[in-house]
Amino acid sequence: MNYLYFPGCTLYTKAKNFDQTARNCSLLLGFELVELPNWTCCGATFPLATDNLMALLPPARILARAKEQGEVLTTLCAICFNVIKRTNHLIQKDGEKREKINQFIEMNYQGDLKVLHYLEILKQEIGFSTIQERVKKPLNELQAAPYYGCMLLRPFEEMGFDDKERPTLFEEFLTALGARSIDFPYKIECCGSFQSVGTPEVATECAYRILTSAMRQGAEVIVSTCPLCTFNLDQKQSDILKAHLDFKTIPVLYFTQLLGVAMGLEPQTLGFEQNAVDPIPLLKRKGLV
Amino acid sequence: MGGENKIEMGTSENGFIKRAMVIGGGIAGITASIDIGNAGYEVLLIERLPSIGGHMLQLSETFPTLDCAQCTLTPKTVETGQHPRIRLHTYSEVVRVAGRAGNFSVQIRKKAAYVDWEKCTGCGLCQQKCPSRYPSEFDRRMGLGKAIYTLSPQAVPNKPVINPEHCRYFLEKKCRVCEKICPVGAIHYQQEDRLIEEKVGAIVVATGFDLMPVERFGEYGYGEIPDVIDGLSFERLNSASGPTNGEIRRPSDGRIPKEVVFIQCTGSRDPERYMPYCSRVCCMYTAKHARLYKHKVHDGQVYIFYMDIRSTGKGYEEFIQQTMEEGILYLRGRVSRIFREGEKIVVWGVDTLTGKKVEVLADLVVLATAIVPHQETKTLAQILGIHSDSYGFLTEAERKLKPVETNQEGIYLAGCAQGPKDIAETVAHANAAASKVQALFATH
Repeated sequence: MNYLYFPGCTLYTKAKNFDQTARNCSLLLGFELVELPNWTCCGATFPLATDNLMALLPPARILARAKEQGEVLTTLCAICFNVIKRTNHLIQKDGEKREKINQFIEMNYQGDLKVLHYLEILKQEIGFSTIQERVKKPLNELQAAPYYGCMLLRPFEEMGFDDKERPTLFEEFLTALGARSIDFPYKIECCGSFQSVGTPEVATECAYRILTSAMRQGAEVIVSTCPLCTFNLDQKQSDILKAHLDFKTIPVLYFTQLLGVAMGLEPQTLGFEQNAVDPIPLLKRKGLV
Repeated sequence: MGGENKIEMGTSENGFIKRAMVIGGGIAGITASIDIGNAGYEVLLIERLPSIGGHMLQLSETFPTLDCAQCTLTPKTVETGQHPRIRLHTYSEVVRVAGRAGNFSVQIRKKAAYVDWEKCTGCGLCQQKCPSRYPSEFDRRMGLGKAIYTLSPQAVPNKPVINPEHCRYFLEKKCRVCEKICPVGAIHYQQEDRLIEEKVGAIVVATGFDLMPVERFGEYGYGEIPDVIDGLSFERLNSASGPTNGEIRRPSDGRIPKEVVFIQCTGSRDPERYMPYCSRVCCMYTAKHARLYKHKVHDGQVYIFYMDIRSTGKGYEEFIQQTMEEGILYLRGRVSRIFREGEKIVVWGVDTLTGKKVEVLADLVVLATAIVPHQETKTLAQILGIHSDSYGFLTEAERKLKPVETNQEGIYLAGCAQGPKDIAETVAHANAAASKVQALFATH
């Protein structure tokens, strides 16, 4: 079984390690991510003004093209996923807007594509129990804090990913890999998002609170599903160190990197060089690399 | 005591039965029963719990006078129990109703108490000696009750029942302590539910309310944070007969909370997610809670998150003004999230008057959860053939001019079964329902 895959811009640049590990793990799990031809930027944010149809055209075009190729579209980046899934939802539910959008993009898309996050593919299509069986190197009780952020979960009515206040899908995934999933209250809080551009101190503070909350619960590593979250939580740790003298750094990994470790992929293929806080000492300590 | 003694039934020449059934033994049902009884008509009072009193018996003090709820209510429950024309059927449910005004046939299930109430003298020895303890519903699961129990020491009738789900004899066929200790041999493990048939001419439905469970609120921790409780739980904590003997101690570790957050409109006035209506009593009881807390914990700090203050009853606005003067911090805004961090409960809210986000590290959080109809009210409405609205509240015949009548002649509403009400409104509503019954009987 192969899945149509929308990588998104960041996965070609800052988050190459996210893209590569996902593709490699797929092959080991018996499926292939088939890249959607001629894909464009997803639009990067879902427009909050209800009459701003212009911003919906890029994701609508992506969906319409994907529908010509298959029935399921998967993404990795939580923001791309949010934009594409919500646009799909809107096209499904709002006939008037659907018609306008279709006229504009000169296509005929009815909203009948299934948009799934890669984690959902792993759970629904592959099954966490299958993954558990395929694990070559169980994560040895590595204390991993699943960080959902907001984009996977909200708005709940449109995303339908998991319970918006107490999601468990990510935890189930980590447990299947042999990690010990760490519950912490900030797992669904905002990472600071685009504030890191305009008012970086706000984003730094968000990251500080998220990371220290996880560490207080015993986390050794933070696991992320989003390049922007990872940027704020990982790259920004040098800024946190300047603002908070008590701060200790902690590695932040994409969930696919951790999956790669558990599937026995060679460490040099896991793209750790793109992680700001080096995870290798921790993984060595745990006997995982 | 009402007991099982036979009461003569009044009937007019044309066969119209002048005897009423009141369903629900809270303050509404008690008030209606006493009124109808005092007017000279017989009343059957049906209550699903072992004794009457309803939620009011759980309250510590009542607004706006701050007098003790039990001191106000106990004379009423006693009067009901001793009234020559009121017969109590507690631990009972209405199963079937047929017929029409003047001639309803009613089937009532008398649940097995496993205690012969005719023999029982109410001495209380069985409750003292019962070894089985489990979280008591009456104390909102914050205190422990026994498997053989009465709801309160002043229970009317003062007869215990055995909860087979927690009784060692029923679970393991061991123990039988209550049977051995009972001086009059009233324990009957073999007792079964009994169905009885009655005839009545009018019915008052006073089935009351429930609170929307704390478990519904994901943003407030799904009921998994022990120190996030609801208003009725706070009443029990503050009640001299409650699990902490009236000392405000938080459930998790029994410590006296120094920072207390109250959140009004939890589940009320929230059309997108919960109930769109106003529950009417939360503004007042939250102010009352805040004051009672401050009276007991002088160095404690209280924060009340509110949307508006609705204090339209007599003396209510004055009560709120006084509360604000007692150093209680009112913050106009909603709370977005509550979570546990160590021993503290982190409360994230907003103060819309200053436009600032607020974070409180609280020791105890009290949610003024929405008033909802009792869950069995909908089934009862079907049994009675009366209407209920989409929330399950029973529907009156006309919004303004017929507030106690229903679409069925001879069936009347009293209290929160019809919609959220405070005690004063409930009593007035019950008085009205009783007067409708009297008028019906007087004209036949």
